[in-house]
Amino acid sequence: MDAVLLARLQFALTVGFHFLFPPITIGLAWLLVVVETLGWRKRDEVYTRIGMFFGKLLGLTFAVGVATGIVMEFQFGTNWAEYSKFVGDIFGAPLAAEGVFAFFLESGFLGLYLFGRNRVSKGVHWFSALMVALGSTLSAFWIIVANSWQQTPAGYVIRNGRAELTSFAEAVFNPSTLIRYFHTVDAALISGAFFMAGIAAYYLLKNREVVFAKKAMTVAVVFGLVASVLELMPLGHGHARQVARTQPEKFAAIEGLYTSTGGAPLVLFAVPTTDPPKLHGTIEIPGLLGWLAFGDPNVPIRGINDFPPDEVPPLWLTFVSFHNMVVLGLFFILVMALAAWKIWRGTLWNSPKLLKVLLWSIPLPLIACQLGWIAAEVGRQPWIVYKLLRTSEAASITVSAGEILFSIILFGVIYLLLGSLYVYLLVKKVKHGPAPLAGKEAVA
Amino acid sequence: MDLNMVWFLLVGVLIIGYAILDGFDLGVGVLHLFARSEEERRVHINAIGPVWDGNEVWLLTGGGALFAAFPVVYATVFSGFYIALMLLLTALIFRAVSMEFRGKVDAPGWKAAWDWAFGLGSLLPAVLFGVAFGNILRGIPLDAARNYAGTFFTLLNPYAVLIGVLSLVLFTMHGAIYLAMKTEGPLQARITRWISPLWMATVALYVIATLATMYVSPFLFEGILANPLFYVLFLLLLAACLMIPVAAKAGRYGRAFVASSVVVAMMIGLSALSLFPRLVPALDDLSLSLTIYNASSSETTLATMFIIALIGMPLVIAYTIFIYRVFKGKVVITSDSY
Repeated sequence: MDAVLLARLQFALTVGFHFLFPPITIGLAWLLVVVETLGWRKRDEVYTRIGMFFGKLLGLTFAVGVATGIVMEFQFGTNWAEYSKFVGDIFGAPLAAEGVFAFFLESGFLGLYLFGRNRVSKGVHWFSALMVALGSTLSAFWIIVANSWQQTPAGYVIRNGRAELTSFAEAVFNPSTLIRYFHTVDAALISGAFFMAGIAAYYLLKNREVVFAKKAMTVAVVFGLVASVLELMPLGHGHARQVARTQPEKFAAIEGLYTSTGGAPLVLFAVPTTDPPKLHGTIEIPGLLGWLAFGDPNVPIRGINDFPPDEVPPLWLTFVSFHNMVVLGLFFILVMALAAWKIWRGTLWNSPKLLKVLLWSIPLPLIACQLGWIAAEVGRQPWIVYKLLRTSEAASITVSAGEILFSIILFGVIYLLLGSLYVYLLVKKVKHGPAPLAGKEAVA
Repeated sequence: MDLNMVWFLLVGVLIIGYAILDGFDLGVGVLHLFARSEEERRVHINAIGPVWDGNEVWLLTGGGALFAAFPVVYATVFSGFYIALMLLLTALIFRAVSMEFRGKVDAPGWKAAWDWAFGLGSLLPAVLFGVAFGNILRGIPLDAARNYAGTFFTLLNPYAVLIGVLSLVLFTMHGAIYLAMKTEGPLQARITRWISPLWMATVALYVIATLATMYVSPFLFEGILANPLFYVLFLLLLAACLMIPVAAKAGRYGRAFVASSVVVAMMIGLSALSLFPRLVPALDDLSLSLTIYNASSSETTLATMFIIALIGMPLVIAYTIFIYRVFKGKVVITSDSY
């Protein structure tokens, strides 16, 4: 098998699996800041229990995230040595900055948050929760910086056969960084909200820990509703507008625009086939794409036919992943809005159907994250750095296909094990339920 | 001193920081294989519980800094050491989750499995870091395009294995001293019995390793006696090394821990000094070596990264010290513990 393809599969596997955990960590960390604030300021020990319980789940999630994240820091060098040489002058800096500015903060204070509740004052403990949230969010920033530079490189010059930095600020704040960052972090907040809401729904369905569950549910739903709405408007919309301007090939692929046209429609549903690229069973709204992307329904938009065939990304995967992500995003708004309305009316607690939907929706934001990521990264192909370096030229030349296959199987088996154990332990912990308050916490 | 030298120093500081901090975590993990009771095992894990992942960040940051400052080294070494690195990552993955998973199910088989994962997940990195370091000191086969020209088995030469054993013993001693500091009573008494033999083994292996290095890589010793810094580092190593048994005997484990941290730092520092300005010597033909000049990023990047380090690292060190102070003292098992 082709070594580059294997290297891509290995990267997809390791990043994809890793990326299941940080969204929960980031979202949950901010929710914990909220509940710890409420617990501390309102002297309400129910919130303290929520903090302690979800703190343990955060610890579990974080451990798997760290374990799988270590791989990420090294595999640009192991699998993509030619890429690393080409972009090292620019790409390494955000990774190092992540460690210095974010990851130390997150993991240092997570230890304090999880194990230091009785060793420090309430204020310092609250501060540690804030630092965990801040650290995880900053961590995402630097990773998104690195990724965005691959999508829309800026602040560089090609010299000595590589991309060399000319402006750190331009490289960091390249045209896609900020919108991609807010879009991704908000997706993490949604993931955290559904995580907490789903677990609270479980207790409500079982009629256990009702006071605990109602408060957790209320916090999660308010938080989740705001995050879900923002994700569509302005963040998702803004991100699509940016892609339309900076990566027209990707835009055409995800939107299913195969022929250049004015008055381009927004495709709501279709089944794409390739060779020649064609959509079947299309449901579309004429002119809406141009209006959404450029504020003018009649603006001509370039379709796939307008680009050299060797600069076009895979069409099926980009279209399908993008559209399913959008569907899920709309579903999140609907569910959270319905739940919020029912909390307002005081009827959510007796709505087993919606509670069941909330429970089984826990994995959906993570799936949406994966789909969004697939649309973004597959949509960047055939480039590893847009218009600068092809993916086919970026893999390590000293690493054989056999070695990569070995590592795919190795990590495949390990991740299957870790993933199963994570779910098993999570379910076990949730079924066991939050521990009663003991010792010092109960007094406060 | 130019920026390339600054970055040689800073990457060195990150490696030393990692070796001191995660070094004791790895040592505790190795000793965990010899623990006898459930209480002892829980104390081991909780002795490093609140701090180990912060410690591991030194490795991640070191990797990032190497990528940013010396991308050619990052690319060549990591792709060259492919299989070894995959094994290292596997071990680190299992170590990371073992502590979190172990206490979550109350079944002897489950706990025993994660005890093994924790122990071997610590032992393997302790050896592999040494093997990797040994290969760097020995020089690795590089071709004219500065790509690795060996195989996985090239890395398993006797000299590198010797350095691997040295680093295993060194980290285990470091971990034993850390545990002595964090325990009391019979548990402490059991741990402290490890210190003396491990110390002797470390000293003996270091002497053998130094002689072996003279034989394998004579170029590392060229002009070193003319360098005043060599004497400073060497005397510090000697003093710290002698202090360990004295402090341990007097029951001053905090002091012994500082001393063993200095030993770790100076062993790496002396190696770095002898490598300078090379980062990765090329086996057989030293002119192909990767140096701080031919493997580095541009001046702009090095300067930018230097500013990042100047702003970030003092903060990191400040709150790391704060967190260590919070968890100062003997391990106490509570409801929050693993």
